[in-house]
Amino acid sequence: MTTDSDRRGAKGDVLIEMKNVVIDGFSDERWHDIVNGVDLTLRRGEVMGLIGESGAGKSTLGKAAMGYAQPGCRIKSGSIIFDGIDLLALSEAEKRKLWGSRIAYVAQSAAASFNPAHRLIEQTVEATVDHGINSEAEAKSDAIELYGSLQLPDPANIGARYPHQVSGGQLQRIMTAMAMSPRPDLIIFDEPTTALDVTTQVEVLVAMRDIVEKFNTAAIYITHDLAVVAQMADFIKVLRYGDEVEEAETRQMLSEPKEDYTKSLWSVRALQKEESPSDDIALAIKNVDAAYGNTVKVLHDVSINIPRGRTVSVVGESGSGKSTTARVITGLLPPMSGTIEFNGEPLPAALKDRNKDQLRRIQMIYQMADTAMNPKQTVAEIIGRPLEFYHNLRGKKRDERVAQLLDLIELDGSFMDRLPGELSGGQKQRICIARALAADPEVIICDEVTSALDQIVQEGILKLLLRLQKELNITYLFITHDIAVVTAISDEIVVMFQGQVVEQGLKSKILEPPFPDYTQLLLSSVPEMDPDWLTTLVDERS
Amino acid sequence: MHPVLYTVLQRLGLGLLTLFFVSIIIFSSIALLPGDFGQQVLGQAALPETVEAFRRELGLDKPAWLRYIDWIAAVLQGDLGTSFSGRASSGSDASRGVWELVAPRLSNTLFLAGFTALIAVPLSLFLGITAALKRNSIYDRSVNAVTLTTISFPEFFLAYLLIVALAGIFPTLSNVTPDMSFGDRIFKIALPALTMTLVIVAHMMRMTRAALINLLASPYIEMAQLKGASRAKVIIKHALPNAWAPIATVIAFNLAYLVVGVVVVEVVFVYPGIGQLMVDSVSSRDIPVAQACALIFAATYILLNLMADVIGIVTNPRLLHPR
Repeated sequence: MTTDSDRRGAKGDVLIEMKNVVIDGFSDERWHDIVNGVDLTLRRGEVMGLIGESGAGKSTLGKAAMGYAQPGCRIKSGSIIFDGIDLLALSEAEKRKLWGSRIAYVAQSAAASFNPAHRLIEQTVEATVDHGINSEAEAKSDAIELYGSLQLPDPANIGARYPHQVSGGQLQRIMTAMAMSPRPDLIIFDEPTTALDVTTQVEVLVAMRDIVEKFNTAAIYITHDLAVVAQMADFIKVLRYGDEVEEAETRQMLSEPKEDYTKSLWSVRALQKEESPSDDIALAIKNVDAAYGNTVKVLHDVSINIPRGRTVSVVGESGSGKSTTARVITGLLPPMSGTIEFNGEPLPAALKDRNKDQLRRIQMIYQMADTAMNPKQTVAEIIGRPLEFYHNLRGKKRDERVAQLLDLIELDGSFMDRLPGELSGGQKQRICIARALAADPEVIICDEVTSALDQIVQEGILKLLLRLQKELNITYLFITHDIAVVTAISDEIVVMFQGQVVEQGLKSKILEPPFPDYTQLLLSSVPEMDPDWLTTLVDERS
Repeated sequence: MHPVLYTVLQRLGLGLLTLFFVSIIIFSSIALLPGDFGQQVLGQAALPETVEAFRRELGLDKPAWLRYIDWIAAVLQGDLGTSFSGRASSGSDASRGVWELVAPRLSNTLFLAGFTALIAVPLSLFLGITAALKRNSIYDRSVNAVTLTTISFPEFFLAYLLIVALAGIFPTLSNVTPDMSFGDRIFKIALPALTMTLVIVAHMMRMTRAALINLLASPYIEMAQLKGASRAKVIIKHALPNAWAPIATVIAFNLAYLVVGVVVVEVVFVYPGIGQLMVDSVSSRDIPVAQACALIFAATYILLNLMADVIGIVTNPRLLHPR
């Protein structure tokens, strides 16, 4: 294996240069621009952060750096020169010689990006062996070393497993090993930690950063999370709607962003609600145990008090029982034991035993607004349905109330006849909020309602929820894994871990030391807007 | 126990249970057939007492549930019974065992089905894979168009077309006999095999293509491309291993058709297969033979689908290699 500098060239030479790159995508029967004329220069040994919201074209641009356009896209014009090679002039076969040997790709969802039918180590060394960079035996022993340096457990044997047999965080690290196996000149990391829990994300970030440093590989790191990219990149380029907003060295970008748009990227983190304590309990969950199919117990003795007109946030990793708690409250999953009390009176455990009025008072908003609405119904029908069902409003009265509700969520009457497909992500979530409000509920359960949205849109939704709470005295149970959102919206916080409540209390109490161990781990794992955060954290933990 | 073995045994058990229910259905539906064997053999002029005596001799006077139990108990011991035919009003009894009648016909049918499958299955896999590989090309479109055309014709029509076109080269009568050599037999069944191939290739080929193309949108396929794998390698190494379950299902379905659904082709080419035997036995009210044929058909369907299930299970790494 030649890891020497003869093949890599000297550090500081230009490795990839993209000039005025225009990329088109085909949808709705026409071509439209995804990336309109972006320049990008990356030198050997450098890590560039590519940041922007969904639809900014960052992933498309990242793949274009390999000369690859995903199905339905085409690189229309511009030049992409990789180490003196004009990628756009190459045939598919010539490009394939570069892919997986000199340029490697790390995808967002490791679970979906590994072939379920092959063992991990076979996939790790596949490109290296196929391109003739190394013999299979040597590539495999090298892969085991890479697994070791990525802090994977049992590096010698983990490769013999199949993708479904290891965790998401481990898969993401194995994918990094796969990218590193041929010792490429350039690695494209495409949102590699977005699908991971914060606590897992930290380990993966450290492993990726260290190995990129160790082999002095150049990298393009694509993400929507500024705090994450701050840990990884030497400099950052901000994209929006396919245009470059600005590019700057990481510390400079964080300390003095030039453009308003860049500043707005961390606006949610600036939003903060004043907490106010209350003893008037609207909803009380008492000693609830719950299981799916009476076999795997997922909630253990969970008790949560939710005060009227306040926001209680439930935080925890995936699998901690947050969403199960919501299902128990709504009656979708009757608990094995324990009770739900609403205004001091016990609620029937199962949905079918609850009367219309009990149903009306507790409403729910979901993470994926897309799938929570019937795509064939207009906004007026979607919001009008609960008005008919709970309040028996019909015809003109119903339409008037729909208009009022639209006004309440800051949309105008022109939306009444639109279909969900014609709305943006934020607008869809607003319609879901209006539908919940149509029932005149006392409690709204919000299950990760902002997770699928961009920062600026998130801020708008959170502000709306806060305003509605003030005006209508609604109680929120807010389920999220995002600590920035928690700070923005909560009065009280519940920390959950493996189906148990670790802590419950006022926001100020939970977010101030001393912390129980798990809360400490969770809070310290939330990336901060400080380029030294990861380094400091690793030092502290070791 | 390994979960795969457990699942396979479970499927096997379910298959046997299905076969049991099917045997009840077969028995009852044949019992519901109009007409009576006694009357049929003895003729309109026979005295009612003679018919009655004849029925008693054959056991047809017993209640249906008792006849079912007698039949199924014998079948479980490997005895399919004795054919009704060969008995005459004169009292002479030249009847033969059902198995004696069924076995040569079944072996003919399996011979034709096996030979056809040997051509059709690899051909459809090849066409399906290459069509997926070159999707939307002229090649893909022509393969699709041709196979769709052949599947759209009724099989007897296709058979006559082939006779018209190829009668000079291949024999148009496939009346094979046990004493023929293997090569002669293959030569004799060329036309029916070709007819059936044309009928089943379209279905299998299109399913193979669709299963593969369906997988081509998976992130792991994009990953394989970005690792520099060629198109052929992407399809064969990365898509195909994950596509076996749907492909096996459709192959099983078509193989079952080759055994149980080809009576029309047998008739056109005068091929002595089990399909003809069953049709004859039904028209002559030969209940034991009809029941045996129906049971063999049902078992074929269940067994082939069971095999498809098992292939789906053992090619799924989640089941084969649990956490």
